[in-house]
Amino acid sequence: MDKTWNNKAWFLVLPVLVLVAFSAVIPLMTVVNYSVQDTFGNNVFFWAGTEWFEELLASNRFWEAMVRNLIFSFIILAIEVPLGIFIALNMPKKGWGVPVCLVLMALPLLVPWNVVGTIWQVFGRNDIGLLGYYVNALGIDYNYVQDPFDAWVTVIIMDVWHWTSLVVLLCYAGLVSIPDAFYQAAKIDGASRWAVFRYIQLPKMQRVLLIAVLLRFMDSFMIYTEPFVVTGGGPGNSTTFLSIDLVKTALGQFDLGPAAAMSLVYFLIILLLSWVFYTVMTNYDAER
Amino acid sequence: MARIDVNHIRHSYLPNPQKDSDFALKEVHHIFEDGGAYALLGPSGCGKTTLLNIISGLLHPSHGQLLFNGRDVTKLSTQERNIAQVFQFPVIYDTMTVYDNLAFPLRNRRVPETDVDRKVRETLDMIDLAGLAKKKARGLTADQKQKISLGRGLVRSDVNAILFDEPLTVIDPHMKWVLRSQLKQLHRRFGYTMVYVTHDQTEALTFADQVVVMYDGGIVQIGTPAELFERPRHTFVGYFIGSPGMNVLPVALEGKTAKLGAQRIELPGLPKADKGAVELGIRPEYVRLGREGMAVQVSKVEDVGRHKVVRANLEGKEIAAVIGEDDEVPADPKVRFDPAGINIYADSWRVEMGA
Repeated sequence: MDKTWNNKAWFLVLPVLVLVAFSAVIPLMTVVNYSVQDTFGNNVFFWAGTEWFEELLASNRFWEAMVRNLIFSFIILAIEVPLGIFIALNMPKKGWGVPVCLVLMALPLLVPWNVVGTIWQVFGRNDIGLLGYYVNALGIDYNYVQDPFDAWVTVIIMDVWHWTSLVVLLCYAGLVSIPDAFYQAAKIDGASRWAVFRYIQLPKMQRVLLIAVLLRFMDSFMIYTEPFVVTGGGPGNSTTFLSIDLVKTALGQFDLGPAAAMSLVYFLIILLLSWVFYTVMTNYDAER
Repeated sequence: MARIDVNHIRHSYLPNPQKDSDFALKEVHHIFEDGGAYALLGPSGCGKTTLLNIISGLLHPSHGQLLFNGRDVTKLSTQERNIAQVFQFPVIYDTMTVYDNLAFPLRNRRVPETDVDRKVRETLDMIDLAGLAKKKARGLTADQKQKISLGRGLVRSDVNAILFDEPLTVIDPHMKWVLRSQLKQLHRRFGYTMVYVTHDQTEALTFADQVVVMYDGGIVQIGTPAELFERPRHTFVGYFIGSPGMNVLPVALEGKTAKLGAQRIELPGLPKADKGAVELGIRPEYVRLGREGMAVQVSKVEDVGRHKVVRANLEGKEIAAVIGEDDEVPADPKVRFDPAGINIYADSWRVEMGA
């Protein structure tokens, strides 16, 4: 076969290249540029080399935020995934209950992040908040503004409230795709409720669950708006996650060099984790 | 193995069935003998799967009784009835090996592991999958998966019956023959009571000793393949079985003669039909094409390989005739009906003919 070479085809790709360059590559290169220089304003730059990176990797503040973030991601995954599966299993499969449940489940996902933050910020206040007031009235000392533990509980419950629905909807999609014959065969084989879950429902949900875990991990690892609105990263630094720390450094202290270095490290971590998930998922598919 | 009595069973999917048409299954009364191979044959929506699911206990009938060996099991769950069922699409447990798939029903019933191992190995031999025991079930072909579904039933030695719900739908044509003959062989060797639902007449006729033909929620005829072919009790059975189906022609009776337009057809006996619309049924295999008899206009000749099907027009009615592969259609074609193949129907039901 003779191939016709025609370089004019590049023009068709050009719009996308320009768009990606302006939206991703150029901003990223600006960040790279900042990360290896120091500036005191007036557009005067001094070469800093890897100084900011060394400083960042040696700083306790960065590693503490990282550990806090990993713990946070782990806790919300440990709650949202089993809870999501449980709710999906108990949702009706047919009848008028289906649309009702689906709409109820989708509602939290439609609320903007900062509104969710505001809702819980007010909800948890112990002077005017419905939750905070009554929890205190029950004799439990709850104050997310002063107590780090209470702040964590609030942020976690808020995230569970906001995002469990996503896991539910994904799992539900996996569940309704199972043909009735599987359940009938399981009945004939004398399978227990647990065996039906373990050998029919869970394997059929595996793929959507992987996606759910990936999405929830990425989102929680990048979480910013909701805890920022509720706790502002406090009390102290107790709910300061990576992105909150980054914004504090970049915009609060205007340390552009260190902030740029931190952005890059943050970016690389997320890239690495995405790659790990992608590899696991594609290997899993290849095995099928 | 068990004898299955279907005792005046009716079933409706509606909560409050009133009219006859509310019932998916209008009233079925039949005995499946112990160790018999039965086929439930009928078009889609005739109630055959409903009947099968009632036997297996996946559905509970609105009315009537189901007996296994004389014991009433109408209210029992699927599990307690101890039956096996193979579905239209292969049901396998994806994450398990072939071996574990077969062991699953036994382990669920807390059978000791040594017995499980012995039974599973026996079953693997029966269904010819011994070489694949350690493979993950999801990597297998459709016919192997269907064998696993069957094997999960065979592994329990005490099953009352094995039910098949159109099990060969997703199997490649050349494997259908293989699987069907293996089923037949299993039936002969072990004497299982087997009920096989299908809408494919070849499948039904080759598999079963007794074919139960269903139509519109009821049983229209039960018989051996030969009976269904020679003496269809209902014109539907005539149409449905055979390829092409039976010719059914409206006639007027006059003693031992049937009048079709200007033609007079001698009948082998005196039909006991005194009311209703009378029809004459004759299979294309009994229509003789030649130079004598009633004049027809041939409209089409289809060569189907082993024989030819001639479509013709007799007194304004379409009829089909089967002739040999090497036979020629004469220039001035005429047909005769072989008296041995003539059946008379009144209101679609067959009537006997006296001497």
